[in-house]
Amino acid sequence: MFAADPLFSTGIDFGVVLIALAKSIIGFLFVLIGVIFMIWFERKLIADFQNRIGPNRAGPWGMLQTLADGIKLIFKEDLRPDGSDSLVFRLAPYLSVVPAFLTFTIVPIGGIFTGAHQGTVHLFGHDTFLQVADPPIGVLFLLAMSSIGIYGAMLAGWASGSKYPLLGSVRASASMISYEAALGLSVVSVVLMSGSLTTHDIVAAQASGGSILDWNIVVTAFVPFVVFCIAATAELNRPPFDFAEAEQELVGGFHTEYSSMRFGMFYLAEFMNTITMSAIIVTLFLGGPSGPIGPGPDQVWPFFWFLLKLLVFLAAFVWVRGTVPRYRYDQLMDLGWKRLIPISLMWLLFIAGIRIGRDQNWSPVLVPLAAIGLGALTVGLLAGSMRTAAIRREQSDEDDLGEVSA
Amino acid sequence: MIAQNIAFGILAASSVLAAIRMVTTKNVVHAALYLVVVLGSVAANYILLAAEFVAVVQLLVYIGAIVVLFLFGVMLTRAKLGHEGELDNDQRGLAAVTALLILGILGYVLVDYFGDDKLPQLNRTHEQLNATRGTGAVGNAIFSTYLIPFEVVSVLLLAALVGAIVLARRD
Repeated sequence: MFAADPLFSTGIDFGVVLIALAKSIIGFLFVLIGVIFMIWFERKLIADFQNRIGPNRAGPWGMLQTLADGIKLIFKEDLRPDGSDSLVFRLAPYLSVVPAFLTFTIVPIGGIFTGAHQGTVHLFGHDTFLQVADPPIGVLFLLAMSSIGIYGAMLAGWASGSKYPLLGSVRASASMISYEAALGLSVVSVVLMSGSLTTHDIVAAQASGGSILDWNIVVTAFVPFVVFCIAATAELNRPPFDFAEAEQELVGGFHTEYSSMRFGMFYLAEFMNTITMSAIIVTLFLGGPSGPIGPGPDQVWPFFWFLLKLLVFLAAFVWVRGTVPRYRYDQLMDLGWKRLIPISLMWLLFIAGIRIGRDQNWSPVLVPLAAIGLGALTVGLLAGSMRTAAIRREQSDEDDLGEVSA
Repeated sequence: MIAQNIAFGILAASSVLAAIRMVTTKNVVHAALYLVVVLGSVAANYILLAAEFVAVVQLLVYIGAIVVLFLFGVMLTRAKLGHEGELDNDQRGLAAVTALLILGILGYVLVDYFGDDKLPQLNRTHEQLNATRGTGAVGNAIFSTYLIPFEVVSVLLLAALVGAIVLARRD
């Protein structure tokens, strides 16, 4: 396609194809090794939170535990329930792994974005970006992939042909659908401030000034960042929003009936998604690979900064899992529809107003004040209407008490 | 151009086959999945036409939202596994007439507009393509030239939404 990657600007020859291929393979390996690390990291950290030892048998500090588990999963018997839908049952694991990896292709994992480099590196006589692909539609691709990822969970639960997986998949898809809107709206704020859809340009816009104040987390004033993190956690079905596979209620959620490597693929997809989402958060809000360049080989530093920021988020996800109790289903829906979506919508309008004000040279004090005033009015009206609706519902429930429970 | 033609052939064949399977299959969920194949082929065709924004919107809206909601509704209501229900009803004739009508209108418009014209081979650069078909160009067109149709469609959707709520609410 028409990626702005300078790799394709001089026509496509054999070397270009090789580089593109190598980038795909390296990207895939990066995520796979990341998953192996992340599973060990999460188990070890959770064990520390719970005063246990955690995996400590395979390899130093149990680091090879994931590998051992993977080998075990491959050699296990592959069961398929009698009542299942064979085609869809076999298709579903792939439908959750593939989007999980594809999302990672748009994440820039390195490259110096200040000065003359513009995020490119020179490899074998070609200039290229350090990301597998840089489509002009950029972050829209992220949203498309996260909505396609729903299919895996949804079809797995349905195709299993038993009730707990079905309940799990209904819960999973409901939460993913609900939080996608908040996710998208907070991404739009970032796009508005960066002025581009491509991840490369978003990182470049954040790295231009060379200070933390240019990162989107500051530029969009924290709210979209917080909303995005909450919505991403729900989108990943991770604790505290893991009611899709709540063991106490649903055995194992939508993959209860899966065994062997098919179960392994759901597991893989789950952790791939965690890594990818953290990488996307780093890219969109925390400047991606940008950071100060220290001594030594300069192209190593952006990669180091990227990994460091990624690690912080992975640790934060584990931390949240270790400390926050699970939400109830209705609380989750309330949070998504009645809090996050209005907040992110309001913030989007706020940011759009400020952006227009800057373009038209309006007063930099009056515009935010008017916006905040209007926002407060909207919130008041919304809260008022919600309360009125609740009171009315109570009254009507009292009217036909016994017929319908509240 | 040969590569594009081969790709188009594959996509066209897959979308037609999937469309036929979609109306002949006896399983509602399978039908929805065949619909995904059809819509995905159309999205891939948009990419072949270098209209990436339209392609990704097709993915987001049709595959990511509409079919997901179909499946969601089906799962919540009546999709029993292995249930080969009666998916046909007695409106086959009407459907056939509608399909033929749409085919006729679209075919007529295409033939009327292009006739035997040979389309010129355009060798446009990436920047030129972006200027006419890129996300920015589409956005500008929607919010300037086509603003009123866009708003009318939005109001239509809102009306449909309100209508659905009115029909579904018990009080």
